[in-house]
Amino acid sequence: MLAALAPLPWLLHSDFWLNLAIMALYYGFLGQAWNLLGGYGGQFSFGHAAFFGTGAYASAVLQVKLGFDPWLAFALAGVLAGCVGAFVGALSFRYGLRGSYFALITLAFAEVLRIVANSVGFTGAGVGTLIPLKQGAYNFQFATKAGFYFVIFGLTALGLAMAWWLENSRFGARLSAVRENEDAARALGVDVFRVKLSAITLSAALTGLGGSFYAQYYLYVDPGIAYGPAVSVTALLVPIIGGLGTALGPLLGSFVLAAMSQLAQAVMGQAPGLNLILYGVILVLMIMFLPNGLFGLARISARRFLMGAR
Amino acid sequence: MLALRHVSKSFGGLRAVADVTLTIPEGGIVALIGPNGAGKTTLFNLITGFIAPDAGEIAFAGRDITGLPPHRLAALGLVRTFQIMQPFAHLSVRENIAIGAHLRIGNRRAALARAAEVAARTGMGDRLDRPAESLTVAGRKRLELARALATEPRLLLLDEVMAGLNPREIEEIVEIVRGIRAGGVTILLIEHVMQAVVSLAEHCHVLNNGALIAAGTPAAVAENPSVVEAYLGTGAAERILKAAARA
Repeated sequence: MLAALAPLPWLLHSDFWLNLAIMALYYGFLGQAWNLLGGYGGQFSFGHAAFFGTGAYASAVLQVKLGFDPWLAFALAGVLAGCVGAFVGALSFRYGLRGSYFALITLAFAEVLRIVANSVGFTGAGVGTLIPLKQGAYNFQFATKAGFYFVIFGLTALGLAMAWWLENSRFGARLSAVRENEDAARALGVDVFRVKLSAITLSAALTGLGGSFYAQYYLYVDPGIAYGPAVSVTALLVPIIGGLGTALGPLLGSFVLAAMSQLAQAVMGQAPGLNLILYGVILVLMIMFLPNGLFGLARISARRFLMGAR
Repeated sequence: MLALRHVSKSFGGLRAVADVTLTIPEGGIVALIGPNGAGKTTLFNLITGFIAPDAGEIAFAGRDITGLPPHRLAALGLVRTFQIMQPFAHLSVRENIAIGAHLRIGNRRAALARAAEVAARTGMGDRLDRPAESLTVAGRKRLELARALATEPRLLLLDEVMAGLNPREIEEIVEIVRGIRAGGVTILLIEHVMQAVVSLAEHCHVLNNGALIAAGTPAAVAENPSVVEAYLGTGAAERILKAAARA
């Protein structure tokens, strides 16, 4: 499926469609990063914007204010977001915050960071930070959309590789054990705190890379974009639609969501806030009727088909 | 193998475990019995690190383990099962057992292979790919046992692995437990099913209101007047003796 997506820039000759594909992969990647912690580990974060925004700001501020190389800033964005993830995780998991309490604490961290970014000088405060246009691959600013496409394609592959690793490693097995039952995992020798901390650090680092990609693609970051709730919501919506804790679920969910957004726009025009209403409706319907996502639906259909054949 | 010295634990005003001192010798099967609410499961929670004692010391294999967290104890070879079964509901039987196997085995494929071996030993070989949530009570009890066994414990604490099973299922579990002991694992079990206690345990400790009230072979303990009274109420032993004398 992924390999089929690789040559897309040569097939799509319109920037409109290529942009759509980039956005679908980009949201799929953010969803995958969330999925590593939320889907495989069962820790539902409502504040992945905290990591996304840190990555986006790290990328912009390091370049503009401190003169870092954009590619180095990209890597550091992942590291710094991972540090924020480790900090949030250490605090909330040390004190045993689970379920809705964990969701709330992550939401709170994202909001606090949004307010901080709005108030301090080095982020550009409310005005935001503009990355000066200086095109060139060495500068992580591509003349054509194809360049960005290949970067996000690479990140998607990285996300998939991580999911594959979780499904085939001791760490991943332990993470799913923690999701299913923490006490039982503990009794069988799993260091629950360490497993959850590693998972949130990994998830946050990848989300930070996504934030850095955003900053390079649009060359602008402000507190609302970076730390606002939109990213947090999309990051969890995408894997919930596609299938929690599945490797391909986020990608599937992202493409379905992109298609539906386009459809809604075509039917109802560019009404502001329309996409948010749509997200809300989809989320409610998914949780009511398809808690296992589209992949869950596929599995049920396959089983019915096999049973029917017997 | 395991030594408790003056271990106590209170919850608010309730003394759940009061000044318990006992030792479990290596290689045997020891039972811990007592009426409901006697503090047996609390004692298990203390030994396996799920709660910390208010006072006292616990030593395992000559080493002080008081206050160590459960995952460290599991790594040392001290592993428990749960009275209320705690399966990883959405994982298959094989994956459930592999979580235990991963304590000693890093490689995923090797752990899954080891899980299949352990499943065969515990009579679950035919259900490897079933999700744990689809198992019956008897199946879940076996799964608890299999997962714990897969960690290669030195001391296994079994919390009512036979409760709710029918006599035939009990007989099967008894055989499995014997097999585990034959493999060199020391076993401490909480059990209400006296048939199992009598046929398995060489030694038996009786807990009532958080304190040890008797110890000895299962047969001797069953005739101990204070044990009879703990189960049946004050004066019961005397009444039974009188009734026996009249008859």
